[in-house]
Amino acid sequence: MTRTARIATRMASILAILLGTSLVVFLLIEAAPGDPAEIILGMSAEPATVAALRAELGLDQPLMLRYLDWLVGLATGDLGTSYTYGIPVGDLIAQRLAVTLPLTVLATVMSVAIALPLGVFAAERPGGAVDWAAQLFAQVGIAVPNFWIGLLLILGVALGLGWLPTGGFAGWDAGIGAAISALILPAVALAIPQAAVLTRVTRAAVAEITAEDFVRTARAKGLGRRRALWRHTVPNALLPVVTMLGLQIPFLISGTVLVENVFTLPGIGTLAYNALAQRDLIVVQNVVLLFAAIVLVSNVVVDLLYAVLDPRLRART
Amino acid sequence: MHIAPRRVTFSTAGALLAAILCGPALAQGEDGTVTFVQSVEPAGLDPTVGAPVAAGEVTWQNVFEGLVAIDRDGEIVPQLATEWEISDDGLTYTFTLRDDVTFQNGEAFDAETAKFTLDRILAEDSVSGQKALYDEIESVEAPDATTLVLTLSAPSSDLLYWLGFPAAVMVEPVSTPTNQTEPVGTGPFRVTDWRQGDRVIMERWDEYWGEAPALERIVARFISDPQAQAAAIRSGQVDVISLFGAPELFGQFAEDDAFETHVGAGEMEVVAGMNSEREPFDDARVRRALMQAIDRNAVVEAVKSGYGTPIGSHFSPASPAYVDLTDVAPYDPEAAKALLEEAGLGGGFEFTFKVPNRPYAQRSAEIMQAYFAQIGVTANIVNSDFPAAWIQDVFQDTNYDMTIIGHAEPLDIDIYNRDPYYFNYHSDAFATAMDEIANAGSVEDREAAYGEAQRILAEDLPALFIYSEPKLGIWKAGLEGVWENAPVPSNDMTDVRWSE
Repeated sequence: MTRTARIATRMASILAILLGTSLVVFLLIEAAPGDPAEIILGMSAEPATVAALRAELGLDQPLMLRYLDWLVGLATGDLGTSYTYGIPVGDLIAQRLAVTLPLTVLATVMSVAIALPLGVFAAERPGGAVDWAAQLFAQVGIAVPNFWIGLLLILGVALGLGWLPTGGFAGWDAGIGAAISALILPAVALAIPQAAVLTRVTRAAVAEITAEDFVRTARAKGLGRRRALWRHTVPNALLPVVTMLGLQIPFLISGTVLVENVFTLPGIGTLAYNALAQRDLIVVQNVVLLFAAIVLVSNVVVDLLYAVLDPRLRART
Repeated sequence: MHIAPRRVTFSTAGALLAAILCGPALAQGEDGTVTFVQSVEPAGLDPTVGAPVAAGEVTWQNVFEGLVAIDRDGEIVPQLATEWEISDDGLTYTFTLRDDVTFQNGEAFDAETAKFTLDRILAEDSVSGQKALYDEIESVEAPDATTLVLTLSAPSSDLLYWLGFPAAVMVEPVSTPTNQTEPVGTGPFRVTDWRQGDRVIMERWDEYWGEAPALERIVARFISDPQAQAAAIRSGQVDVISLFGAPELFGQFAEDDAFETHVGAGEMEVVAGMNSEREPFDDARVRRALMQAIDRNAVVEAVKSGYGTPIGSHFSPASPAYVDLTDVAPYDPEAAKALLEEAGLGGGFEFTFKVPNRPYAQRSAEIMQAYFAQIGVTANIVNSDFPAAWIQDVFQDTNYDMTIIGHAEPLDIDIYNRDPYYFNYHSDAFATAMDEIANAGSVEDREAAYGEAQRILAEDLPALFIYSEPKLGIWKAGLEGVWENAPVPSNDMTDVRWSE
């Protein structure tokens, strides 16, 4: 199989999985108790009013027809209209991604920037002070949930020191500086647990590869310790680190739901959380499908990165 | 009726925040902007569609106005109607309207617009969640540009009050399809930006018919978690929290000179409704025994840090017609046990207590459970996801024994006269009392009739009446004109200004 054919097959299987996911998501959300029209209207509404709103929202249509409508819409780029906000779901998701994407990118960059050096130096001198600190950081970082870190940051940095806002997001229109400063603390809260996992993986990978024959050979041939580390050990240790980054993406997504809530950021996580509470079904469907797509695509990206990082795998993929 | 949506997350961490929230408030540029907190983001900004509470809290009075308005004291005052006349039989209302009013899209307001607005609420395919309040209106006529005539099918002494409500604000016909996202009203502020999930920005509108407000801009910020609200006002990001949800933090603000605080009268009654069609709740003696088993003061102390008023019936102490009936079924465990004995349940009984996942409801339920245990009654608490699952399971399907919820709509005592309604309560005496209220010819008669209705409920106890929620308001020192009480769910900012 050519490389293009392999990628095409891969894409087809992703589409098939997404189709299956869409059906499961649709049915699960339908089965959950709670009628959107009743929730929107509140409890003094008369049954006729509820029926009128159901008709207006299209909720009186048969189940399968509504599912097909959604699929056809997806294919043509029309994600439907939010029941609660009354604006196109596509616009809503785009607005929210403008907050969540920079947030997750920032968090990922931070976590790599913390974990890589920490893990490498910890592995280099096992039992040393850096190693000890790295292990402690990994232990605590994994144990403490990110929303809790968020609360501590609000208390310490935002309220205590007054350096950054406690939450909210005025929008990118309000200026890059304001936007970034609103994202820093939530990004740190998201990054710390991720960095903790990555530190541990990096440390283990570097330690393992340092003991490998090819590193020993390089050292025996006179290569300095530091050069052997950066030329041979670290590049090879990146493989498990990249794998872990890929595996972390679902955790990152669920992390944004919690962290965005703590910092009242209008991101995709808050959108999902509120839409579910309000039974804004059409929004929930699309957001969950988007999450699934992100996870699937990130798996493919990780696979492709393998090939870049490890030439031996190129023949197989 | 509206049931208070309190969306609270991560409040377990609240104790920690509470401990440290004593830090200094940041300096605030006291310009022409005031930012107020709103815990629930509305579904849309048009209070005439859907459940109007959250929408009204953003746009009522600020953007949209009605024929009449409810002022900060709960009184009905003229607004787009300058005066009105009610016929002796109470069936014809004739309003005289202002002739100098335009909508924010440039269209004029006249009697035809008013007729359009009311007809729209009453229409067959209406999507007004409050339609039931205006059911007595039989027809609406606009004989000339400044005269509006309502003909009623039956007298309704509360109609004027409801016409002052967010659900009945005047809307401009062309703009109705887009009012949810781009509202067009006759008010002094105009919505210029709605950043969904975060804030609504409203700017002063220069063509306003009335007196211009002092503020140039008002901003509604949506922050659901009370801890986060507290953090936001501490750090200077917001100026007003008119309905603060964390009473345990309130005291700290009260002691701080940087803030003004006010414990106002609220409209929300927290009641534990029972399914009167299920045994043993069909027996009034059992309901009374459960009521007498509970020390309401202790519940208020534990759940609301003492802010709140124990109630004996379904009525807010904020209302002039309120009667204190807490002594009708006072805390008396011995009397409660005797009542159970009398009802043939001396050995106690067990039931399911469906509790919405809202902190006030859960905390109250746990305390009540302990009190019930003292008279040998076992309440098995089951969590119910609010609003979705609760509305379906408890409210719609009435599949419950006992539940607990805050009823936030003002003057909603008539819910006990609705059929169907989740209490499954039927009382001819109460129905008669409600008729008397509707037919009341004078303010005194109306208040007396409301008193009678309260008394019937206090004796009959279709629900356990626990407490009335206070309106805990916090705002920056130096702000003037913020409403201290909340006769209507609103954040009316039209009279607010920074002091010199």
